[in-house]
Amino acid sequence: MREVMTGNYASAYGAKLARAEVIAAYPITPQTSIVEKLAEFVNTGELRAKFIPVESEHSAMAACIAAETAGARTYTATSSHGLTLMHEVLMWASGARLPIVMTNVSRAMAPPWSVWVDHMDSVAQRDTGWLQFFCQSNQEVLDTTIMAYKICESARVMLPAMIIEDAFILSHTSEPVDVPDQRLVDSFLPSYSPDLKIEIGKPMGFGSLVKPDQYMEFRYKAMEAMTAAHDRLLAVEREFRDVFGREHGGLLERYKCEDAEVVLVAAGSVAATAKDVVDALRAKGHKVGLARIRSFRPFPDQEFKALASKVVGMAVLDRSYTFGAAGAMFTEVKASVYSSQKRPVVKNYIAGLGGRDITPKTIEKIFEDISIVSRRGLEDEVEWVDVAGLPRRWR
Amino acid sequence: MTKSYEEIPLTPISSTPSTMNLTGLWRVVKPVVDKSKCKKCTICWKYCPDAAIKLVGGEPVIDLMYCKGCGICSFECPAKCIVMVKEG
Amino acid sequence: MMGKTTIPEEEFVFPGSTGCPGCGANLVMRYLLKGLGDRTILSIPACCWAVMPGYWPSNCLKVPLLYTAFEATGAAISGLRAALDIKGIQDVTVVGFAGDGGTVDIGLQAMSGAAERRTDAIYVMYDNEAYMNTGIQRSGSTPWGAWTTTTPVGNSHGFKHESKKDIMAIMQAHRIPYAATVSVAHPEDFVKKVRKAKDIKGFRFIHALSPCPPGWRMSPMHGVEVARLAVETHMFPLYEIEDGRVVVTRKGKGLPITEYTKFQGRFSHLTSQEIESIQESIDENWRNLLAKEASGT
Repeated sequence: MREVMTGNYASAYGAKLARAEVIAAYPITPQTSIVEKLAEFVNTGELRAKFIPVESEHSAMAACIAAETAGARTYTATSSHGLTLMHEVLMWASGARLPIVMTNVSRAMAPPWSVWVDHMDSVAQRDTGWLQFFCQSNQEVLDTTIMAYKICESARVMLPAMIIEDAFILSHTSEPVDVPDQRLVDSFLPSYSPDLKIEIGKPMGFGSLVKPDQYMEFRYKAMEAMTAAHDRLLAVEREFRDVFGREHGGLLERYKCEDAEVVLVAAGSVAATAKDVVDALRAKGHKVGLARIRSFRPFPDQEFKALASKVVGMAVLDRSYTFGAAGAMFTEVKASVYSSQKRPVVKNYIAGLGGRDITPKTIEKIFEDISIVSRRGLEDEVEWVDVAGLPRRWR
Repeated sequence: MTKSYEEIPLTPISSTPSTMNLTGLWRVVKPVVDKSKCKKCTICWKYCPDAAIKLVGGEPVIDLMYCKGCGICSFECPAKCIVMVKEG
Repeated sequence: MMGKTTIPEEEFVFPGSTGCPGCGANLVMRYLLKGLGDRTILSIPACCWAVMPGYWPSNCLKVPLLYTAFEATGAAISGLRAALDIKGIQDVTVVGFAGDGGTVDIGLQAMSGAAERRTDAIYVMYDNEAYMNTGIQRSGSTPWGAWTTTTPVGNSHGFKHESKKDIMAIMQAHRIPYAATVSVAHPEDFVKKVRKAKDIKGFRFIHALSPCPPGWRMSPMHGVEVARLAVETHMFPLYEIEDGRVVVTRKGKGLPITEYTKFQGRFSHLTSQEIESIQESIDENWRNLLAKEASGT
């Protein structure tokens, strides 16, 4: 079935096709239509699930954790302050090794109040042990939701995942989406049946107190799981391609990077805009490419190291500001390429916060800038793009 | 003894009975039952917080491996047949 | 093996829990499970009972247990019940077992949500009247007049100057089918109420007074006696609220409050005037409770 639908509806269809069994969610702009759509599906019986209209996002995640521990496949969705309210229990979900899947509609944090796109909320959860997928299209949102369950429920992974869609740009913008047939999805994604779950007749305690002489070993196992998620992601995406005829680029989608001299590194919907800019610049003879961070966790470390050896400049766009010495994605990319024999010039561009549009013109200027600094050398490692009051013009 | 990361479950799941904790070692006083006075009322068994008292033929048998010496059994006994005696 | 026990003989706890000697919460769990049996799943947040089963891999419970974050009990029992329902698993009692702090303070929101959604579960609050697991800090359930580490007495004659939150009244306002207070000194009444709750569908609430020797500054051997006196002095009346109607289940002798406070160091700093004001408010609460019962509300 091919339909024109918003990213939020694509999320809802993803959860429906994945046969989520327990959905606990709390409304927040601009996630609301996901939850409304799912409530509709449950109400009509199209989706056989229990819908818990919880009284806060923290409770939404806590309810999912309990239900998942009892062996049910769970789903929730949130945004911005809802996600950050969940922070405590996000860490719990990964420590408890529960393959919960959640959509985060990435939105700016207050104050100032803003309902528009910004990655600060999502990026701030990079330490929680959740897999993080940044999507660039509504199709990818639907597809990745289904893939995430398969990746996360694998015995070697058993970690939760968040599917990140940009507020309003994806969540509320309609695009053509191919909604796969339920039977096809069933053949790709079997039902959830964990080895260990809380059940009558098996008196076990889930999540008990561990002394310093044993805690580290549990964390080590979780690290192994996140590491295994890299290959598992690629394997599941290959399988998805074989069944559904589509793929989305693995952990780091490389667009026209083979012979690129400089690349723009970005995540989310801006990467889709950047592809158009790459095409336009290529037509003029520039050797540029786009590397889209699709999976921020697990971090595409190998992929960046391989790319680093081939390019002279990397422009890393952060659609968030996380108060470090430089932007979060930039810092991780830079660390990743640090050990390369041949290190490109890596520069950070902070842009598009609080829903500020990142236009093709702006992206073009970023390419101009990285081209210059990769030859001349960096003056400033971090540049804030399109801030009123700063001398440089980006539009 | 620290277990290797390969020998532990994904997340700490506890299924070993707590009888591995010899809480009797905590005691400073221990209960001594005068069986001649015991009326087999089962009240001591009823009020033991640690389920450390078993009933054998209606009579209390206190498991000193786990008894913490709280003294509730002694205080509650209507026949006053349990006395708390200093350990060691 | 058959004694003349007045409560079920089967044990659902192992010895070796790491609760303090004389811990009231140990008795609360022991009586609760005797009433509920083994088709029970417990959800326990951060509290004394998160620690009492022991360090991993020790477990003193013979029923399944989910440890959760502090404020999450109401949400966890909602999630558990939803999973059991969607899987078609019937005849299981879902129990949230939390301390007073994790219920009346940080856990209030989630519990209120679970109650409003008529979640089919039993919520048991074992009330040792402070944040005992973290070392005796005051909670919303600490009674007026009590010493705690965060309401120290010191030179300024400090103590908790706020009244104890009336959680039963809060639950009554949620219009749940059943709520009851229970005491570890009255195990027969305790088990009876638990069994009654077990057979009712919807959200049920049990408020258990849980004497705490280190926190209440008392000898462990008085662990049960103090609970008995709480009931007899009307400090902690035993009653039910069934479909909104109050039913007092034990009248109690109405002993002077000093019979209760004399065992506990946490009240030892109070002047006779302050004791008198406690007596007055206890008497008023008792009168109000009887009036509620008489008026059918």
